[in-house]
Amino acid sequence: MRPITSKEELAKIRESIIKRIDPTMPTITLCAGTGCVALGSQKVYEALESEIKRHKLQGKVSLKRTGCHGFCERGPLLVILPDEIFYQRVTPEDVPVIIEKTILKKEIITKLLYVDLKTKKRIEKEPEVPFYKHQMRVVFRHNGKIDPIDIEDYIRYDGFQALSTVLCEMSPEKVVAEIKKSGLRGRGGAGFPTGLKWEFARQSREKERYVICNGDEGDPGAFMDRSVMEGDPYAVIEGLTIAGYAVGAKKGYIYVRAEYPLAVNNLTVAIEKAKQTGFLGKNIWGKGFDFEIIIKEGAGAFVCGEETALMASIEGKRGMPKPRPPFPAETGLWGKPTVINNVETLVNLPYIILKGADNYAGIGTETSKGTKIFALAGKINNTGLVEVPMGTTLRQIIEEIGAGIPNKKEFKAVQMGGPSGGCLPASCLDTPVDYESLKSAGAIMGSGGMIVMDERNCMVDIARYFLDFIQKESCGKCVPCRLGTKRMLEIVTRFTTGEARQGDIEKLNDLAVSVRDTSLCGLGQTAPNPVLSTIQYFRKEYEEHLNDKFCSSGVCPGMFQYVIDQKKCTGCTICARNCPVNAISGEKKKAHKIDQDKCELCGICAEKCRFAAIHPKPKTLVGSAK
Amino acid sequence: MKKPTVTQIKNVLKDFEPKKGSLLIPILQKIQETFGYVPPESLKLIVRHINVAQSKIYGVLTFYAQFSTTPRGKYIIRPCRGTACHVRGAQNIISKIKSKIKLEDGETTPDYKFTLETVACLGACALAPMVVIGKDYHGNLTPDRIDAIIDSCK
Repeated sequence: MRPITSKEELAKIRESIIKRIDPTMPTITLCAGTGCVALGSQKVYEALESEIKRHKLQGKVSLKRTGCHGFCERGPLLVILPDEIFYQRVTPEDVPVIIEKTILKKEIITKLLYVDLKTKKRIEKEPEVPFYKHQMRVVFRHNGKIDPIDIEDYIRYDGFQALSTVLCEMSPEKVVAEIKKSGLRGRGGAGFPTGLKWEFARQSREKERYVICNGDEGDPGAFMDRSVMEGDPYAVIEGLTIAGYAVGAKKGYIYVRAEYPLAVNNLTVAIEKAKQTGFLGKNIWGKGFDFEIIIKEGAGAFVCGEETALMASIEGKRGMPKPRPPFPAETGLWGKPTVINNVETLVNLPYIILKGADNYAGIGTETSKGTKIFALAGKINNTGLVEVPMGTTLRQIIEEIGAGIPNKKEFKAVQMGGPSGGCLPASCLDTPVDYESLKSAGAIMGSGGMIVMDERNCMVDIARYFLDFIQKESCGKCVPCRLGTKRMLEIVTRFTTGEARQGDIEKLNDLAVSVRDTSLCGLGQTAPNPVLSTIQYFRKEYEEHLNDKFCSSGVCPGMFQYVIDQKKCTGCTICARNCPVNAISGEKKKAHKIDQDKCELCGICAEKCRFAAIHPKPKTLVGSAK
Repeated sequence: MKKPTVTQIKNVLKDFEPKKGSLLIPILQKIQETFGYVPPESLKLIVRHINVAQSKIYGVLTFYAQFSTTPRGKYIIRPCRGTACHVRGAQNIISKIKSKIKLEDGETTPDYKFTLETVACLGACALAPMVVIGKDYHGNLTPDRIDAIIDSCK
């Protein structure tokens, strides 16, 4: 595509792109997000290509590989536009039928449709699927619609319109004022007002300034930033360029986690194309604004998501945080004023400019505006990425969008915000998702990981899991975090091995408070949250581990054994057939028994049992089994 | 395992602007990508190229989890220990793998066939618990499927 040099030209090109495309032509969009690729979407794509060729449909059907649609649970996902027919769990074998029936004869293939778990009805169209129906897609507005690296496709869907407005009609001060008015707050976790951060950097006398896009998404269980970088890289570039213009920076960095090769690839291609088309470079559109973007790949250190550590990493040093103040807005990268915004924050910017700050401020709650993406996973029927307006309750997300807990199990907790967040019990399910409400409940918005747990998850084990993670990732610079998390891990581990001593709960709580209050950076300050929240809401489980040496969830090894309830067991033999070590015996239609000497505590029998007859029981109560 | 020669390492370095310390991480990444690990012999050459003290380079090299100073196996087995995988039983999967190939996290088999590297999260939570071997994803795993998956690596 030839370079674009003005607002009028962009509008003209967009018009010609739209004119060129026949809106009635069937377009097959296939999700090529990581989840769907892992489930085999590449093979489906190849089958589609060859079937289209076989039927000589080139030019009559368009085929597009898009970014993540979000509904990873049901992948590979395929949507046929303009009718929005939604097919799920598509295999290469389904492809010939899709082309012959749906594309050529407009017939729906019922077996590929999504079945609503509650009503058991088959649903034809994507927006009517309950998983999507309750969402509001602002950041994800292009994901699943556009070809991620096709710049024309991006322009067709309003791409670079916001940048064009900013360049031609707004002064940097006006952009800052607009973002301030919109109420946008950082989506990386802390929720600092974006416009205010920019204003601080603008106040500096130093003329050399930097903007950085933080794409070092390290929280286990969060993958929305990756989906955006993979599925809509031009939006990240447009957002970062707007931020650069507002702050007065000539250079922007995108710091991407090394584990995201597809994101790096798509961003690299997109930056090159944006340069060729005139959206990046020297004196953009003759407006006197120079801007270039450089990609920096992380090297596998969780702490680099912290802004001062991230900057150290860009400078080629060990990623260790520095005390703040001075804040990066004053003294950041190479000592210059620097603004660091999260991927999701940046992708909100074009939307705000296009729709206006007032419109944006109308979404969400009093203090938290706009939408937030959550990565819903764990013991939930619909795993995937979910974007909802701020203020939606946890219950709505888990029950309506996520369709509840599988296998008729009881909900126990939802873990929010990864290793910096907390576990909330059922009594907190009506908490609305906004920065303040989540914080006062004991969790945080964080990056938006949302892991659902059921009765078979031990909360002490979860606390140990996060401590283990944090303790390994602690950079070692400050004592509270380096030693505190280690000691906390030791204490929690005592609980999970039956060696906890009286007073350990209090000791753990005290230590957690000290680490929280005295650590140098956000990593250490938030590291105790999983411990504090589980003690607050699930103290009973700690006490059970301490006093009875019993893990009622059946997780901590050596602290339980599986026992078949002789009254409930119907002798269906499903447990015996599924036991990998043949530890279960019994006659058909008669109660079965577990040989405790053989049992390896894998829990498959308890998962499979349809009569809830197999439960973890304390070892001492069942006698001398082992 | 054949060690890379000085010329081979120099060939990698020549694509990077000299005397620019901020390029250290990209240089180490490129070396690891080329040779599969960062040979200790390369450190002195990097010192000369970008003019950064060897102690500093070593500090960076050992700080970031991505870098390995020893050669790694043909198949890198990456079991995910992310939260979603953890709550769906990743621990059982990881212990099964460890006992099957007799490795602890970060180790390589003597024949350089397998390296075990647990990862914090692969973002494919719908497939939890999952393992990536090379570029292949194996999802919704149960411990009894591990034998067959690992045996299929030739």
